Amino acid sequence: MNILTGYLRQLGTALRFLLFATLVLGVAYPLAVFGAGQLIAPYQANGSIIKDGTGAPAASALIAQAAADDSGAQDPRWFHARPSAVKWDPASSSASNLGPNDPKLLDAVAANRSAVAAAEGVDPAAVPADAVTASGSGLDPDISPKYARLQMARVAAANGLGSDAVASLVEQYTSNGPAAFLGQPSVNVTALNLAVAAAARSSQPAQSK
Amino acid sequence: MTFNPASFAVQVAALLIVLAAVHKPLGIYLTGVFEGKTSSRPERLFYRLSGIDADTEQTWPVYLRSVLAFSAVSILAVFGLQRLQGVLPGSGSLPPVDPWVAMNTAISFVTNTNWQTYVPETTVGIFVQMALLAVQNFLSAAVGIVVVVALIRGIARTRTDRLGNFWVDLTRTSFRVLLPIAFVAAVVMVLGGVVQNFWPTDVVNQASGVSQTIPGGPVASQEAIKILGTNGGGYFNANSAHPFENPNSLISLFEVFLILLIPSALPYAYGRMVGDQKQGYTVVAVMGTLWLAATVLMGWAVAAGQGTATAAAGGLGEGFEQRLGPVASAIFATSTTLTSTGAVNVAHDSLPPLAGGVAMVNMMLGEVAPGGTGSGLYGLLILSIISVFIAGLMVGRTPEYLGKKIGPTEMKLAAMYILVTPTLVLALSGITVLLPDIMANAPATGPHQFSEVLYAFTSGANNNGSAFGGITTSGPFMSVMLGLGMLLGRFLPIVLVLALAGSLARQGKIPASTGTVPTHGPLFGTLLLGVTVIMTALSYFPALALGPLAEGLLK
Repeated sequence: MNILTGYLRQLGTALRFLLFATLVLGVAYPLAVFGAGQLIAPYQANGSIIKDGTGAPAASALIAQAAADDSGAQDPRWFHARPSAVKWDPASSSASNLGPNDPKLLDAVAANRSAVAAAEGVDPAAVPADAVTASGSGLDPDISPKYARLQMARVAAANGLGSDAVASLVEQYTSNGPAAFLGQPSVNVTALNLAVAAAARSSQPAQSK
Repeated sequence: MTFNPASFAVQVAALLIVLAAVHKPLGIYLTGVFEGKTSSRPERLFYRLSGIDADTEQTWPVYLRSVLAFSAVSILAVFGLQRLQGVLPGSGSLPPVDPWVAMNTAISFVTNTNWQTYVPETTVGIFVQMALLAVQNFLSAAVGIVVVVALIRGIARTRTDRLGNFWVDLTRTSFRVLLPIAFVAAVVMVLGGVVQNFWPTDVVNQASGVSQTIPGGPVASQEAIKILGTNGGGYFNANSAHPFENPNSLISLFEVFLILLIPSALPYAYGRMVGDQKQGYTVVAVMGTLWLAATVLMGWAVAAGQGTATAAAGGLGEGFEQRLGPVASAIFATSTTLTSTGAVNVAHDSLPPLAGGVAMVNMMLGEVAPGGTGSGLYGLLILSIISVFIAGLMVGRTPEYLGKKIGPTEMKLAAMYILVTPTLVLALSGITVLLPDIMANAPATGPHQFSEVLYAFTSGANNNGSAFGGITTSGPFMSVMLGLGMLLGRFLPIVLVLALAGSLARQGKIPASTGTVPTHGPLFGTLLLGVTVIMTALSYFPALALGPLAEGLLK
């Protein structure tokens, strides 16, 4: 009987503890971080949203933004993001979760390699690994500098830009410094494509529909 | 993607140097929290509201009863409120969580496992994430810490049946340790690019015509405690591979630091509380040696990049994020599995076979290098007791640990502790592979299919939570099997640890004699290291041979 009342008392304490702890840890704490974030770093706290020339939100610098058709083929006007297990849909996120010896992965890699080689008009052997493998999140906004260089000619031609102009934009959106050393040098395709679009607009001011 | 050895060496060295610098001040702070005699005004209010008698210390059965009562109430609350999603505020248009998934998730978060059988984006809204799951990230981490504090008191105290007050320990650990560090960490994460708001943002790219809904949510606040409390349950499905949880390689390294922070400072607090700092140094040296060895092994296995698909791709890439790359992912993968974290910044299922094997071995070591918050230290203290027993057998003396006799009772408790997790992992994996219908949930073929199952139960019973993501575990059978693994893998060891603490506390202290095996210094450290590795090898080698070793050696 004693033990039973002991248990019941413990359960009551547990319930009240959980309730009050939730008010502090589950409500006050996230709100405090929210307040601090909005105060000192609203850009990051709200998703690193990049605005376009008109000031309207155009993309998140951290999330891939691929212009792809239903088959997954990406628009030839833009730099292409890495393959994605979720078709670059930010409402979800996932890797392929295929093992390193999985025949399905082998097929996917081969298909991606021939598709990239055809799109860029290069030898399949020249296509780097990040171009043929799905990222961990499916929303990876970055590609390797090698894959970016592979795409420069196509993007320059499609946007009526000089190859030097595109090359300098790629350079500008390539990570460097500690972030590149701790991780690896990467080109942010989402931001790069917006810059390419802006450059294309300003180089052809007279051309309107 | 190429593995840059210089980057690897710099990151490993940086982590070791920073943790070495921080573990002493943090250890001293932790000791003050655990041994403090006074309560602050808000704490006293908290005790009064919760009906806690803060001045009474508890015997081990009462301390245990409090742990179990609190965990039971937490599981029921997290389960019940997930089932009410839809009528609760902040649920969006999401329906109640499926009962099997809700059950598995409640157990998973209360046991500090954070196995995620659900897809967060489409299953749980802001309320469930923020007010249920993130709260358990704090409290389950605190429970692990208070259990090791009770064990340390059992070792340090003499001729008493009192181990402290669970509620006081839980309150102080949550509010004086986890909350302030998590807040600072969350703000740093926001500065680095982790999201913290309560709304999605619609974006339209006028040039390409793409429109997207960029998700929002209280991510940074959850990410900070997910990492600091060695929890690992991601706000998003892709976990720390998601750019909003881990926006760049600097934040990735910061997250690894946070994972290791508390577990590597607890040994210093341990040395201080038992009044012999050398004990703490020996324990942390063993943890550090194991961590370094496992990290180098992981780096090697990732850099080797075995696998037919990896070869076909011309290198690593599948499951990796470009901004993080193989070095940052190898370091993250090893630290997340050597602790009970289980967060991932790379898809473990796609790692080279031997790298996946290293991740499994890390968990099979019992997550003691440096392990989960609290659970890592109590795991290594149990292994220390086994080590003095083995040393005692060699010299023919009754084993002692810090002046306490390790008699039949203590040895039985320690031996049972060591047997619980391997038994759960091997039995549950064994049952599962006999059921063809269930095995269809793991669509891989050959040894990799077995690896997916073995990884799941190793992760569950060790309360890790990382996964070979190819396996689907949301059905009733797997939800229950993994739920059992997580529940028993968490609470049976806690029962044994607290019983051991009670039994040690009752004893008087025997003065050390010439026949006493010293439990500090390189000799004992080496013995402890050997015992830890050999125990794991003996328990798991056959199972590993059928999974990752077979896959890694066949190719």
